[in-house]
Amino acid sequence: MLANIDLSLVNWSRAQFALTAMYHWLFVPLTLGLSFIVAFMETIYVRTGNPEWKRITKFWMTLFGINFAIGVATGIILEFEFGTNWSNYSWFVGDIFGAPLAIEGIMAFFMESTFIAVMFFGWNKVSPKFHLTSTWLVAIGANLSALWILVANAWMQNPVGMHFNPDTARNEMVNFWEVLFSPFAVDKFLHTITSGFTLAAIFVIGISAWFLLKKRSTLFARRSMLVAAVFGLLASIFTAFTGDSSARLIAQKQPMKFAAFEGLYTGSHGAPLMAFGVVSNQPDTSKNYLPDIKVKLEVPNLLSYLAYLDPKAFVPGINDLVYGNADHSLLPASEKIERGKVARNVLKAYKEAKEKGDEAVAQTLRAQFDDAKFKSEYFQYFGYGFLNDPKSLIPNVPMSFYSFHIMVFLGFYFILLFGLVLYFLYKGNIEQKRKFLWLAVLTLPLPYIAGQAGWIVAEVGRQPWVIQDYLPAVAAVSQIDASAVQITFWLFTAVFTALAIAEVSIMTKQIKIGPKEEGGN
Amino acid sequence: MFETLSHLALQQYWWVIISLLGGILVFLMFVQGGQTLIYSLGKTEDERTVIINSLGRKWEFTFTTLVTFGGAFFASFPLFYSTSFGGAYWVWMLILFCFIIQAIAYEYRSKPNNVFGHKTYEAFLLINGALGSILIGTAVGTFFTGSQFSVNEMNQSRWETPYHGLEAALNLQNLALGLTVFFLARTLALLYFINNIKDTPIVERARKQLWYNAPVFVIFFLSFVVALLVSKGFAYDVINKKVFMEDFKYLHNMINSPLTTAIFLVGVLLVLYGIFITLFKSSKAGIWASGIGTILTVMGIFFLSGFKNTAFYPSTFDLQSSLTIENSSSSHYTLTAMSYVSLLVPFVLAYIFYAWKAINKKQISSEELKNESHKY
Ligand code: HDD
Ligand code: HEM
Ligand code: HEM
Repeated sequence: MLANIDLSLVNWSRAQFALTAMYHWLFVPLTLGLSFIVAFMETIYVRTGNPEWKRITKFWMTLFGINFAIGVATGIILEFEFGTNWSNYSWFVGDIFGAPLAIEGIMAFFMESTFIAVMFFGWNKVSPKFHLTSTWLVAIGANLSALWILVANAWMQNPVGMHFNPDTARNEMVNFWEVLFSPFAVDKFLHTITSGFTLAAIFVIGISAWFLLKKRSTLFARRSMLVAAVFGLLASIFTAFTGDSSARLIAQKQPMKFAAFEGLYTGSHGAPLMAFGVVSNQPDTSKNYLPDIKVKLEVPNLLSYLAYLDPKAFVPGINDLVYGNADHSLLPASEKIERGKVARNVLKAYKEAKEKGDEAVAQTLRAQFDDAKFKSEYFQYFGYGFLNDPKSLIPNVPMSFYSFHIMVFLGFYFILLFGLVLYFLYKGNIEQKRKFLWLAVLTLPLPYIAGQAGWIVAEVGRQPWVIQDYLPAVAAVSQIDASAVQITFWLFTAVFTALAIAEVSIMTKQIKIGPKEEGGN
Repeated sequence: MFETLSHLALQQYWWVIISLLGGILVFLMFVQGGQTLIYSLGKTEDERTVIINSLGRKWEFTFTTLVTFGGAFFASFPLFYSTSFGGAYWVWMLILFCFIIQAIAYEYRSKPNNVFGHKTYEAFLLINGALGSILIGTAVGTFFTGSQFSVNEMNQSRWETPYHGLEAALNLQNLALGLTVFFLARTLALLYFINNIKDTPIVERARKQLWYNAPVFVIFFLSFVVALLVSKGFAYDVINKKVFMEDFKYLHNMINSPLTTAIFLVGVLLVLYGIFITLFKSSKAGIWASGIGTILTVMGIFFLSGFKNTAFYPSTFDLQSSLTIENSSSSHYTLTAMSYVSLLVPFVLAYIFYAWKAINKKQISSEELKNESHKY
């Protein structure tokens, strides 16, 4: 991504948002999953009264705390960045987008931060039941935080439950439930939290494997592994299913993103699924034509089946979406851009008439925004009116394609890994499987890669849109100097990198120290 | 039940919620104040650890309140959010950096292998405490002094000075509010320590410090209030919504709104009462009186800036671009939906209070910290 940054404002703003979001996402998934794993462990402790389980709980809780702090540090900036860097966006959709953010604060963050205090400091102060409840509430609170922000993000991918108000020149919410329960939101939430669970399970397994390799605290390690592997297996299977249904939704609502991450340039009936391939991003401008992919390994008809549950269905490719395809009534992008400009001009004319006090003209213009025909033929393409070049509608294909394939490949690998861990635990010989234990240790970074890749698919794939079809990034950005954003970009890079280094160093030290031998008290 | 309210009533309701969150935020900024007192109250490593742990069990509340304050402002008055954050870029970025470094400082300070050493994390706490409180106060000062921005017919905003918010710090009235918040935070922190810590030397030093910090706070506060009451204010016409300057606007708001005045005065008296009983009656409960007083006073100040046809975020560049609770709010539908969500607020406050009590049953001391597994 850093490669194509030029000095323009919008690109620096995008880079800054991507940087801060990706840092946040380094720490958040572990919080989402580890909070539940710790809650399971403490539940076992309270049920059995066995102090070994308290020791186990406390060890993972310490790591949770170290990770949580930096998750919070990286989160606060994101919330305010919508205002500082995307201020036009904040007005244009704030009426809808602000609500989940506020609810997140009121409902989730407070729950999490209040009960985290009890969880960390309450061991000797409150009853075991109250303590356990607090631990559960932390887990629920953390995952509720994820819910609301993902509802907001899903809405950006597929805006629903709103209408445009020409008087305020913004979109306004008309149906809260449609926003909350949009299929995009449901899938996104389930896929994302379960991917976090998967990550946390691998984290616990990787570290436990290291203890087994070092022949330290082996009972602790095997027990931790067991809890994590059961949780991880369920979570990773769920991740695969919800990922698949996300992709199906994208095929319908964000066909360009779909074509990009599948590497599909030319659409067809019975489109093949490309398992591996080498993609190029060099449009041949002389021929007004985008190249197909050179090297590939394909499974016939599978893509059509996956996208529409019909092996013969037509799946549009990037070319069809840019240049149109009359057979499948796909408008060329140039036409959408023209229509978008018409819609924008009606809005401008309305504002001018208002300004002049020409009420009669103003009213006829305003009526258009309530007219079904105008809406479906022109206003639907409002966002296209900000663009000029049809090719700007194509996201970065190689990045989307490779990220998607890496994520899916890893997804299946994780399922296998959890299965093997459980099998060896069941056999009782996991301590002898030294190579496998090393594999488990080395797998530790991979879910982080899968998660980052997932967000690249989601966010790079929807370029140039911030709000699908309504608002491209160029129109969303705050009017500040690119140099100011550049400065904060580098400041964030420096600060977050320094903090991340401290985090990793503290975390490794705590792991080396291992579970405290104090036993239960 | 909220559906039937007028748009204006919902806007007013949300201005009250924003004011309440603002008030709670300023009260909880005793954490920031305390962070600037670590070295003046703690003379040994042990004492500093007690102080930091005493604050460390509360910092998340302040932080989360700030986050929620931002989110609630976004949801209810999005035009403020886009105009102020996107325009006064540098002030807000500086504030955010202050909070980023705070968030890890407690957790990492005393952990082995923390790379930068505990002094660095204590420096983070100091920066957050001093700069964070002064900047937030300064930013709120612009609610009365105005900023240079414009808003066009599409409601897109633009900052009209290249300083992007830094110019606010050059205004004496803004600065007075910034320093008021700073010394108030320190005063509240001292009251909090006296309540929370069981360690005679620290508490004795805290009582002594109170003699310096409380009067300075009162002086800055009075100078801000006097300047406010004699200043021109940004009023708008009820009928045509045009913004104009009115002499003694904020004084008029006080006179015309007995409820605001009452809230404000009761708040101020409670703050002073909390300080008084601590100084003269050796009471430990000063934090409660002064804390509630702070919430009420801040609410009163917000009411002065937003109610009675006052533009709460005025533009000195183009008066008509000024933001009022009427022209900057969310739609009727969104405010209604959010109002239902706001019904959770008392519930949230209740469980926070309950958890706080559970953790605070015992006062904190170095004895207690010896048996504590999670220590900062
Ligand atoms: C451990 C991490 C992880 C793993 C193993 C997977 N995913 Fe994933 N994926 C994510 C972590 C993730 C994520 C970080 O949570 C994303 C980013 C945005 C989102 O909604 O979830 C995501 C997004 C994402 C998207 C784009 C959603 C959008 O654009 O809105 C699709 C289509 C898939 N995933 C599909 C899959 C499939 C078919 C998988 C097969 C096993 C899979 N993912 C495994
Ligand atoms: C924490 C996980 C997330 C990660 C890792 C992530 C990643 C990214 C990346 C890589 C980009 C840059 C795309 C590009 O410019 O090519 C981006 C842009 C953006 N994302 Fe996300 N994202 C995350 C979550 C979210 C959420 C939850 C939202 C909104 C609720 C969001 C909103 C945005 C916005 C507004 C931009 C900038 C505009 C744009 O470039 O389109 N992101 N993000
Ligand atoms: C780009 C959009 C995002 C914004 C604006 C945002 C905002 C924030 C903020 C302000 C905090 C600190 C809260 C506190 O005071 O405790 C935070 C923490 C957190 N966020 Fe995000 N966040 C974003 C993306 C995400 C995503 C995509 C997820 C999960 C799917 C997520 C989950 C969490 C969780 C669980 C925490 C608790 C702290 C931690 O996990 O370390 N956030 N976020």
